Amino acid sequence: MLSIDCPWCGSRDQSEFSYGGEAHIVRPKEPEKLSDEDWGDYLFNRKNTKGRFEEQWCHTAGCRRWFNAVRDSQSYKIEAVYKIGEQSPDGIPE
Amino acid sequence: MSSQRLPSGGRINRGRPLEFFFNGRRYEGFEGDTLASGLLANGIRLFGRSFKYHRPRGLFGSGSEEPNALVQLGEGASTIPNLKATQVELFDGLSARTVVGWPSLEIDLYAINNRIGRLLPAGFYYKTFMRPRFLWDWYEGRIRHAAGLGFAPTEPDSARYDKRNAHCDVLVVGAGPTGLMAALVAGRSGARVIVADEQAEMGGDLLSSTQHVSGACPWMFLDNLVKELSLMDNVMLLPRSTVSGYYDYNFLVINQRRTDHQAGIGDIVSRERNWRVRARQVVLATGAIERGLVFADNDRPGIMLSSAVRTYINRYAVRPGRTGAVFTNNDSAYQTAVEMHGAGMEVKGVIDVRQRPSQERLLQMDTLGIPVYSGHGVGGTRSGRQGLRAVELCRLSADGRDVLTQKGSLDCQVLAISGGWNPAIHLHCQSGGRPKYDDDQACFVPDKSVQSERSAGSALGIFQLGNCLSDGVDAGVHAVRETGYACAHIDIPYASDRTGSAIEPMWNVPDGVLPGRGGKKFVDYQNDTTAADIALAAREGYRSIEHVKRYTALGFGTDQGKTGNINGLAILAQHLGQSIPATGTTTFRPNYTPVTFGAIAGRELGTVFFDPVRKTPMHDWHVAHGAVFEDVGQWKRPWYYPKGGETMESAVRRECLATRKSIGLLDASTLGKIEVRGRDSAEFLNRIYTNAWSKLEINRCRYGLMLGEDGMVMDDGVSSRLGDNHYYMTTTTGGAAHVLGWLERWHQTEWPELEVFFTSVTDRWAVASIAGPNSRSLLDRLCSDIDLSAGAFPFMSLREGSVAGISARLFRISFSGELAFEINVSADDGVALWELLMEAGGEYGITPYGTETMHVLRAEKGYVIVGQDTDGSVTPADLGMDWIVSKTKDFIGKRSLARSDMLRDSRKQLVGLVTEQPETVLPEGTQLVNEPSTDYPVPMTGHVTSSYYSSTLGHSIALALIKGGHTRMGASVYAPTLDGQCIKAIISSPVFYDPENKLHKT
Ligand SMILES: [Zn+2]
Repeated sequence: MLSIDCPWCGSRDQSEFSYGGEAHIVRPKEPEKLSDEDWGDYLFNRKNTKGRFEEQWCHTAGCRRWFNAVRDSQSYKIEAVYKIGEQSPDGIPE
Repeated sequence: MSSQRLPSGGRINRGRPLEFFFNGRRYEGFEGDTLASGLLANGIRLFGRSFKYHRPRGLFGSGSEEPNALVQLGEGASTIPNLKATQVELFDGLSARTVVGWPSLEIDLYAINNRIGRLLPAGFYYKTFMRPRFLWDWYEGRIRHAAGLGFAPTEPDSARYDKRNAHCDVLVVGAGPTGLMAALVAGRSGARVIVADEQAEMGGDLLSSTQHVSGACPWMFLDNLVKELSLMDNVMLLPRSTVSGYYDYNFLVINQRRTDHQAGIGDIVSRERNWRVRARQVVLATGAIERGLVFADNDRPGIMLSSAVRTYINRYAVRPGRTGAVFTNNDSAYQTAVEMHGAGMEVKGVIDVRQRPSQERLLQMDTLGIPVYSGHGVGGTRSGRQGLRAVELCRLSADGRDVLTQKGSLDCQVLAISGGWNPAIHLHCQSGGRPKYDDDQACFVPDKSVQSERSAGSALGIFQLGNCLSDGVDAGVHAVRETGYACAHIDIPYASDRTGSAIEPMWNVPDGVLPGRGGKKFVDYQNDTTAADIALAAREGYRSIEHVKRYTALGFGTDQGKTGNINGLAILAQHLGQSIPATGTTTFRPNYTPVTFGAIAGRELGTVFFDPVRKTPMHDWHVAHGAVFEDVGQWKRPWYYPKGGETMESAVRRECLATRKSIGLLDASTLGKIEVRGRDSAEFLNRIYTNAWSKLEINRCRYGLMLGEDGMVMDDGVSSRLGDNHYYMTTTTGGAAHVLGWLERWHQTEWPELEVFFTSVTDRWAVASIAGPNSRSLLDRLCSDIDLSAGAFPFMSLREGSVAGISARLFRISFSGELAFEINVSADDGVALWELLMEAGGEYGITPYGTETMHVLRAEKGYVIVGQDTDGSVTPADLGMDWIVSKTKDFIGKRSLARSDMLRDSRKQLVGLVTEQPETVLPEGTQLVNEPSTDYPVPMTGHVTSSYYSSTLGHSIALALIKGGHTRMGASVYAPTLDGQCIKAIISSPVFYDPENKLHKT
């Protein structure tokens, strides 16, 4: 079980959190202008990164806040957590 | 069977004799004995039969590594199968049985398997019994019956099992000399320490040792050490506690057995406790496990690990036999010869595969008069009724690969064997670390730490006591520094370790016989896996150790191959002509030793399982009035209220008719309720719902559909506007939590600039819904401060006021198609309101109804239930609900509705069905076809989602999703039933009742 450092509450057991998948997927501003393929890409296609991966977590059984984490998908180590809207330490802008 | 108990010594309490029963026979032992030592003291050498060949087997080890001596402990509800006799502590009245050896230990019908053993090679079951396939079930039953590994209790276990969470600075795994020194350093430095050890007593190998420490006898040293630790408030000692798993972020699970070692306390404390520990630093002082040697007929009762022989003699004061010998490839077993000699056994010799054992050892043996056969091996063994009788000596070639000459035999009852030592690297590997092969010591040792752990002592490949003591101190200092404590001073105890010569690997002892012709050479006793099986696997093309494991069963079972795995993989490496590190180990997975289901379940059992039961404020009234309940998510909802022996069918018919003709009363408190407030509430709802919410007037209600971003219907409900920036959302009963999370997620992650707040108020309100033509008349009597007329309080609006003096919020909404009012009051007032309605409604024959009638009424009206009539693949258009989908604004899921597949004519669409026979009710979920008889495979055209008998209409009705259904009104479909019939039905509009919505305007 991971120990996750909620940016609002501090370190808590993984069982208090729920997983939200890849972070920094921005909902298109004008979906109607997208081709089916581009919309499908937004909707379904996700990275399957080996190594550092930005993803969303929610402290469901705590403060109920969503936040981002950089997790190494190989070691499971959470390298960093940062709030929604903040820049990833790996440089991918929100 | 004479007593084999030594006249003095051991850590047993001779003042406390105990009686116990094994296979129904009575024996005596002492407090401090295990079942294994107790039986051995009574001269018992036969402990069971092997799994496949049913060969007689005896004790091999003395702890959790034991492969042979499996027992069923106790009777009835609390019995446990497959315990190792070496780990079962004796108590007065203990009763245990052999698990393998049906029908009896001494006579075994299936021992025939042993004679035909050459016909039962690895993979035999797969190759032989699988063809013809139909015989497999027969064979399997026979084999399983013959093999049988204990039985599970059939009654519920009445014992309690606990879970406990804990944090500590330093978790020390293993309380041998290394672990205790690490704990002492950490404890004296003030760190919070937990020490977990799988044995009943702390001490590990010191308990079996005669080697002095700092000039004192080992037990005095140990007693002082444990005493100091037990007096420290910051140190917790957990005996009988196996660290069974090492997970991410230094999360470790300890399985503590609390009551099975003594009778009669099981009702007072929990039987087992599952510790879930988050440790800042972990010291893995898990020790090392001795390996066996692979030679012909190496499984006779009396052939034991050298360390086990030492343990039985020193710790339990049991002589395992009158005569003994030692067979080894390393120095450690020489000490066993010394101990056997000291215990009065006649030691016939030390057989050492090495050509040049150390001079010091030879001198030591010479002093005791024990012959040493260097450069020799055991080529075979002979047995009598009580197991081992003699071992055959062979002179080995210099490289140890061949037999030069047969050298006669040594008569002995005990053969103490040592093939070297394997550090217990299991937890290190579970933590993510890798094993590294140490050529000099012929074993795998831990490589780099991945988590905050450090292996120490024998677990690191340090096999001498003095070095273990100092490494334990080092590990303690390291853990203390890493956790930020000032390190206390400690004097490192010393032990005089003997110098010696190195181990010489001996994976497969030659017997001078053609391969496969001599006695069986067992690698894994519990699974009867032999060296020949591994050779066969290699010949048949198996290369990966993981595959060979599964083909030969090497390393499976309750012991997980703790004594045999490395021999097995080394033999495979030899056959593949590659190195041991290139062959690698199998994956080390939790659990280290078997864990009971009770420990895993803890208190989360039966009705107290941690899944809350939710009850409405009126629940007790429903119970008192005979309601039958239905589970809807976590909620208990009245399903129907049978009167005087009514069937469900007749109760539902009565409830439906009463509602349509006068008044029905439904407890609707379970609907999800969410307050949505803030400046941007309307804008937020516009994005969440398919329809628009900005222009909804205050005190008006609107039905809304929520879609996933994939365009599929996710939830629905009526939401109302209570103020400019204040909406009140309702959701389906089952979808409430999901919808709240959905709103929060979109707000926080996508639109944080919107000012909007969500509060779940589901439990704050009790909701009584009255429906039927007389509902307004009833309400008129109870409510004086609201004008209830159709003009003043129209359909889809809400009013605040009071009902019979109870402050209430009234909604004119309807899920039945009838004139209806949903009365919302504070949860505390729910029962009072309900009873007042029942009382005042008496003259109208007010009838409480449950979810089944609710379903029938809404289906008559053609209202869908999300999750019943939809399944995550249904769009608003499929439901014929285009009218609720905004063309002008964006909302979640909108773009998906324009995908080409969404526009396909052949999509499954919601329609009504009326059966040809009015009384026939279609089974819900049944598939529909277009033709009653077509050649297989029959193309499916849809399925029934809801189906009921409508007493109001006098015929059955159904809702169905049918391909292109919206354009097929009046067409026939057929529902094939399981009994071979075919029910004909006609496609209709899904709205069967009041299609013009006249009742809404009343
Ligand atoms: Zn939090």
